Amino acid sequence: MNNISFLTGSELPFCKGCGHATITQNTEKALQKMGIDLLDVILVTDIGCHGIVDKSFLTHTVHGLHGRSVALGGGIAAAISNPTKKVIVFVGDGGATIGMQHLIGAAHLGFDMTVVVHNNMLYGMTGGQPSEFTPCGFKTPTLPEGSNKAGYDLCELITAAGASHVQRVVGIGDYSDVLVNAFTAKGFSLVEVMEICPSYGVKSNPGMKLSKLVEDSGLIIKTFVSEKDKVYSKPVNPNPKSLISDKFEVTTKHTHNLSKPVSIMLSGSAGEGIQSAAEFLSKAAMIAGLNTTKKGSYPVTVGVGFSASEIIISPEQILYTGSPIPDVLVITSVDGLNYARAAAGKMKGGILLIDETLEAPTTGAQVIKVPFRERVGARNSAMYSIFWYLNHSNIFAMDALKDVFMGNKISEKVQIETMLKF
Amino acid sequence: MHATTESKSKAFIDGSRLITESCVRAGADVFIGYPITPANLLYLYASKRFPTMLAAPDEITTLQWMAGFATAGHVPVTATSFPGYALMVESINMAYMQELPMVIILVQRLGPATGTATCGAQGDLSVVYGTISGGFALPTLCISSIDDCWDLSAKAVETAIKLRTPVVLLTSKEMVMTLLSYDWSKLSEIKPAKVKTFDGKAPYLPYAYNDSLVPEFLSVTQKEHQVRITASTHDTKGILQNTSPEAIENTKRLQKKHEKHISDYTFFELDEQKDADTLIISYDITAQASREAVKQLRLQGKKVSFLAAKTLFPIPHEYIEIASRYSKVVIAEENLTGQLRLALFGMAGRKGVTGVNGIAKMISPIEIIEEVLRNE
Repeated sequence: MNNISFLTGSELPFCKGCGHATITQNTEKALQKMGIDLLDVILVTDIGCHGIVDKSFLTHTVHGLHGRSVALGGGIAAAISNPTKKVIVFVGDGGATIGMQHLIGAAHLGFDMTVVVHNNMLYGMTGGQPSEFTPCGFKTPTLPEGSNKAGYDLCELITAAGASHVQRVVGIGDYSDVLVNAFTAKGFSLVEVMEICPSYGVKSNPGMKLSKLVEDSGLIIKTFVSEKDKVYSKPVNPNPKSLISDKFEVTTKHTHNLSKPVSIMLSGSAGEGIQSAAEFLSKAAMIAGLNTTKKGSYPVTVGVGFSASEIIISPEQILYTGSPIPDVLVITSVDGLNYARAAAGKMKGGILLIDETLEAPTTGAQVIKVPFRERVGARNSAMYSIFWYLNHSNIFAMDALKDVFMGNKISEKVQIETMLKF
Repeated sequence: MHATTESKSKAFIDGSRLITESCVRAGADVFIGYPITPANLLYLYASKRFPTMLAAPDEITTLQWMAGFATAGHVPVTATSFPGYALMVESINMAYMQELPMVIILVQRLGPATGTATCGAQGDLSVVYGTISGGFALPTLCISSIDDCWDLSAKAVETAIKLRTPVVLLTSKEMVMTLLSYDWSKLSEIKPAKVKTFDGKAPYLPYAYNDSLVPEFLSVTQKEHQVRITASTHDTKGILQNTSPEAIENTKRLQKKHEKHISDYTFFELDEQKDADTLIISYDITAQASREAVKQLRLQGKKVSFLAAKTLFPIPHEYIEIASRYSKVVIAEENLTGQLRLALFGMAGRKGVTGVNGIAKMISPIEIIEEVLRNE
């Protein structure tokens, strides 16, 4: 217990009779009962009548966007990961509606924070529109016939999401002990405070008593879960290593025969090693002292359909990494043929290597049919195609490609000799 | 046979690797990510490299968590593409108003909407330009080469920290995903930037400022001074106001802050040729095609100059001055409508200013050369 003033003492910015004021007063009382230091408390609020209270608090205050205070406070709680600090989030029922994912997520992760939901069953700041918390039969200025559906049972939802402590309370009188229980819980805690908006709720539902309204709505006043202690802690990478490492370096060891750039397009099926083959060819070119770029093209679902790669190999620096019309087109499957048909049509020269089972597309390139799939099977057809192409073109030393192949674990499964039969 | 005269090493890498490493070295310490193609390599590398990495459940949460971490003194980074960026916009406005440092790497892909996730584009310039309500300047740097992946990423983090602001680092699919041979032996040293913190005596006013127009920061983790952070119109105390003169001055300061320091974050590459009457302007991946076009044009004897715009927003006045020296200006960008052209010259345009535009494929040097030589 301490006697620290957590509030400025100025008049609270709420309408007469608003339950938000009792939340503010009970929050101060609960913090005093806890004996916590003023600046160990971080109050996070957002948009709605509840959110204008932060100027009345002497704690740290953070004020954000409508419905996002739980996520903003969650970020602070995750960053701090310090049990001596207390992150308290205020949110309204409107904010809880728009930010439901944040509530579920924070409870699920166990962020060390307390959310106090100011549930006055409507949007008070904007004129009394219904929220997803508006109970069945409850009238608002924009819904004079009354809501025809029940509101969310937030406490049940958040309990199911994995919160450590969840309690619903009617927002009348002294319920600071309820808040103390929530504030001192380890991990994520939530208190739903039931209120009626004096400006819109009371006027639209004359004579309705809060406790009767809560009872009729089927929302139970109770502690839903307590004394769980799932607490999130900030993940810290114990040993973040530099991404600049010589293991990505390739040293020139062999020779090449290129005097100008060559662009190569490999086009085949997903799962048949197109991207790997393209990387092998690029690395091998580097071992032979050449510059290279390698791009991939594939559908969003990377495991099916076509897979294509564009490689440029050049004795000069490569600026433009596109190759609208390839010098060399290698097609290893039907998927690859369908994808590369347009590129083949644009070729006025160069060579087109295509699996012998496929019908060559219209092209101005020299067409060479090769039994890629028959020789090594579908899975290794792309890899075999680059060996075949290099042997055919002799643009750089075959030893460079052999080096890359033997340096990769594929060589444990596939004999290099199978790649060298032409 | 071209014999190898020396045995030299090059790395076989993609731009995402350099961007990630650069951000960390420049002082970013948290990556918060929600997966989206084509930004996934950044997410992957960040999970290995950043001191702390969190996987968020959506892009709104991503930005909110980033703001939360920044409030506690961290410097967060995320990477996304248009669909994610669209969800982040309100929260970027929040962080902008709260004056929290962070970097949003926007990897452009073909839109509209979900478009084609695996196809590059330069279609988000106008969206980024209009991010902040009121037309306020959101510092936006754009990577135009593999070297920029290293140099400019660090500058993005540095700018975010020094100006206490969100910064957009714009790039696109082919820039961050293409593997290439790269000599990284000459990468410049990056020194981490530090958030300037308040070290005076009470009272601490969270949004009080001096001539720099940048308020001094204090984390909500310290206990010496009360901190108030807010996204609503506020006074120097950080207390919500309607339109009080002090609060509106504070809001105006946000724009002035970015204008005042623009020379600190103005980056461009100018390759001028004497007596050239044509200037090619480009950015992002098309800057590479433009460099190739310039090379080939000069080999053909055509005099041409080139401007790679690396600071996109706010637009440095130098761009306008440089462009005014040329009777013919060709702006090459991978979108349909010429978004940089619009940003530089408006709807009225300017005589002699034309664009090379297209979508769903990289703009080629040939297209740029043809436009430069058109009517000659």
